Amino acid sequence: MKRKTALSIAFIFLAGGLYAQTTVSGTVKDPKGHPIRGASITIKDSYDGATADSTGAFRFKTTEKGTMTLTITNIGYNPVEQPVNLTGEPVTLHVVMKEQLSELKAVTITAGSFTAGDAKRGAVLSSLDVATTAGSNADITAALKTLPGAQQVGEQEGLFVRGGAGYEAKQYIDGTLVNNPYFTSVPDIATRGRFSPFLFKGTVFSTGGYSALYGQALSSVVLLESIDLPEKSEVDASISPILVGIGTQQLAKDKKSSYGITYNYVNVGLYFKAIKQQPDYFKMPQFHNGDANFRIRTKNGGMIKYYTTFAYNELGLRRQDVDSLYTKDAFGLTNHNWYNNLSWREYLNNGWKMDLGASYSTNLDNLGQQIQDAYNHPKSFPDSVFWMKGKTFAIDQNQQLSQVKAVFDKKLGGISSIRFGTEYWYSYNDQHYRSPLYNMDSLYKFRDNFNAVFAESDIFLTNELAAKLGVRYEHSSIIHRSDFAPRVSLAYRTGPEAQISLAYGIFYQKPENSQLFYSSNVGFTKATHYIINYQKMSKDRIFRIEAYYKKYEDLIKTVPIYYNYSLYNNSGSGYAKGFELFWRDKKTIKDFDYWVSYSYLDTKRDYLNYTEQLMPNFAATHTASIVTKKFFTKIKSGFNLTYSYATGRPYYNFVLAGGPKFELAEQGKTKSYQSLNFSAEYVPSIGNTKAKTFVVLFASMSNVLGYNAVYGYNFSYSGQYKQPITPPANRFYFIGCFLSWGVDRSQDAINNNL
Amino acid sequence: MKKLIFSLALLASLAASAQSDKYTQMMQKNIALLDSAKSIDDLQSLASTFDRIGDAEKTKWLPYYYAALAQTWVGWNPTVKDKDANSAKINAYLAKAEAIEKNSELYAVENMSATQQMLVDPQTRWATYGKTAGEALQKGLQADPNNPRLYYLQGMSLFGTPPQFGGGKDKAKPLFEKSVALYKAAHPELLAPTWGQQQAEAMLEQCSK
Repeated sequence: MKRKTALSIAFIFLAGGLYAQTTVSGTVKDPKGHPIRGASITIKDSYDGATADSTGAFRFKTTEKGTMTLTITNIGYNPVEQPVNLTGEPVTLHVVMKEQLSELKAVTITAGSFTAGDAKRGAVLSSLDVATTAGSNADITAALKTLPGAQQVGEQEGLFVRGGAGYEAKQYIDGTLVNNPYFTSVPDIATRGRFSPFLFKGTVFSTGGYSALYGQALSSVVLLESIDLPEKSEVDASISPILVGIGTQQLAKDKKSSYGITYNYVNVGLYFKAIKQQPDYFKMPQFHNGDANFRIRTKNGGMIKYYTTFAYNELGLRRQDVDSLYTKDAFGLTNHNWYNNLSWREYLNNGWKMDLGASYSTNLDNLGQQIQDAYNHPKSFPDSVFWMKGKTFAIDQNQQLSQVKAVFDKKLGGISSIRFGTEYWYSYNDQHYRSPLYNMDSLYKFRDNFNAVFAESDIFLTNELAAKLGVRYEHSSIIHRSDFAPRVSLAYRTGPEAQISLAYGIFYQKPENSQLFYSSNVGFTKATHYIINYQKMSKDRIFRIEAYYKKYEDLIKTVPIYYNYSLYNNSGSGYAKGFELFWRDKKTIKDFDYWVSYSYLDTKRDYLNYTEQLMPNFAATHTASIVTKKFFTKIKSGFNLTYSYATGRPYYNFVLAGGPKFELAEQGKTKSYQSLNFSAEYVPSIGNTKAKTFVVLFASMSNVLGYNAVYGYNFSYSGQYKQPITPPANRFYFIGCFLSWGVDRSQDAINNNL
Repeated sequence: MKKLIFSLALLASLAASAQSDKYTQMMQKNIALLDSAKSIDDLQSLASTFDRIGDAEKTKWLPYYYAALAQTWVGWNPTVKDKDANSAKINAYLAKAEAIEKNSELYAVENMSATQQMLVDPQTRWATYGKTAGEALQKGLQADPNNPRLYYLQGMSLFGTPPQFGGGKDKAKPLFEKSVALYKAAHPELLAPTWGQQQAEAMLEQCSK
């Protein structure tokens, strides 16, 4: 009986509690008064609480008594805790929650830069985009040329960005500069980049106003970030009439490390026999490329990556000489290149991150030219015909660059951060030049110790407003100069997907090696960038418009001393201004992706042998590209078309007159440039998870319409004749088959259980 | 004295069982609500309720599991545009649950969360979120090869993939068959997840047409 009473009392006590209720109600809003739908209101350590509705209002009843803690939480907002006194009297609360600063929500600075490959932010160009851009033939630079800011220059390698010459754009891999990103130049033919787009997970193409972490590029940087661990172990092979390749990537079982090795051989001999080329190739271009890598994921999620590539190539070609119908210029080249990159990213305690990088490259060119007669025999000239005799020469040159770079990054409460670091480059360059003219035999060499220190901070005032402030100090021992380069950029979000960015910066660059061989009494060249950008970006669409003004100072000028001997100084100058549009849409038509870019450029510069400020010969006033890609799931095939157009470029013939000084003997404008390129891929094994072999068949054709491009003119010594600079063949065809045999274990567990 | 200790012990166990009864009752009530909930506001509110129960209980993974599940049902609604934000909520609940216990039911929800993010842009997100979803299934099957929900989810993934990409009805059918067989053989414990049988049966019917 007694026990029963105790039980009843207990039940009454428990049940009684249920009936003494307090009503808690109120609203949850952000500081601007917008309701926060879905915010959760809870009495701590109890079941009681509610969720804010679409007007931010909530209401619930609680049996709790006394002073309790009310917690209000919502993802993306700072949690709020608030004491409440529960007495049975209704309680009303108006809670204000502040948004957390979040890297995903925060505005990013977009002035001057195209961030590609970052899926979270919406990629502009992924490695697959590069490969499927018709006309690129999987060359990163060629694909970047379809973006605004880049010129359609076809007779030289490099990116000519916003009135800047090709050498003013630099490529960085995992933070360190690449000294020879392209195969060695051949006169009037653009060579390809050395690196496959599939080595990289992200590509940033900055057309100006870039971070203080990078220097020595007046107009542009291309930042390439290599992939971490491969998704699976696989063996790859490629076969085409011009190339064979084989490689493997092996991922360790614990998925913490991997290594890989590939080799490929390119020989265009067969192709050049079938498709006539304008130059007469007496030595068919052939390339041997080998690379190897290892990657290790460290305990704290950091990465150690090593990549090395070795390349050997040779070619020889003969073309009509511009001065005489009966003579030919025979040009030959062999090149050895070895590139190494070691990087280590590590996450340290207290929000610190460390990026260490080291790289070493050596590039050896043995090249020469010989004047030959109609029977391809060497032809000699007396010293009095110096303009012909000087065309026979031999150059052996070596460029070596060793670098170390360290960047430390620290998160400062929220998502603001500060980073600083230093880099050191040691470069060695030599050139052995020989020519029968005056029995020239000269050895030039120089070494440079280049140091830089830099600091930068990302400041997020709100999720809507961000600033990046940076400074960079550099010193080069060969020219005994230092510089100090400030960089500032701002971004402000004007709508849910729209933002305005501003960027300002000063950029310095050393004179080119070919100039430093002759004069070290020159200083840094300088450019100042001002950029304003508006961008509206949703998941499948991006629209941007950007206007800029760029001022060039201290550009290198050639000062003739004798007719065959010049020195250099920094008396050049120039400007570039313009605006650019970009629109990409993957949404309107299913499986159809296209982008359109347009660039307007107004630029003049006085540099090298220019007689005054002139529009440089690599600049076109209007440039536009349309890139389209359509994939047909039914036939597992994709078709891609790219059309590019540029208005004519100026050409000049500067001649050395008495004084000595340069005079402008002739100038003109080339006809406009256009090109329609096509490519297609067939992927029969796509999506077939049980396929043992993954096959891609790829075919491409450049310049479908057979348009005769003229990039400029070469002038004869007399100035009487000019020879158009044209591509070696009107069209380029490629057909290839790419195979991979992968071991993907993700399906195993499921299949085993069926 | 003995008696007193006995009564105290009794009282304590009584209080505990009352407390756990309250837990069971609250969970049963809200699970029933979850089964019938349709609107986003209702599901959202249930997710918060389960989260509160989890926070109060501290040692039970099921409340967080149901919070995550309710949030997942929110995510399947096409009017919810920001799947990343919704999945962040799901994953926050899952993290709380997994801090207590890792099991195949949680992996099933992780699979759905990643699938929802993947479907935002399958072409570019396949390699990331698609991979996460696949790995979650694999881990779930390792933890419990007899979880019918995992086979149902795998079946759904194949069903939604075009035949050219290795999916389709024929590929999905054996998975739905296996799922339905496991549902029929299952004897779920009190409060344990039971959802999915009707859906799996409906899908099997569709595949058999």
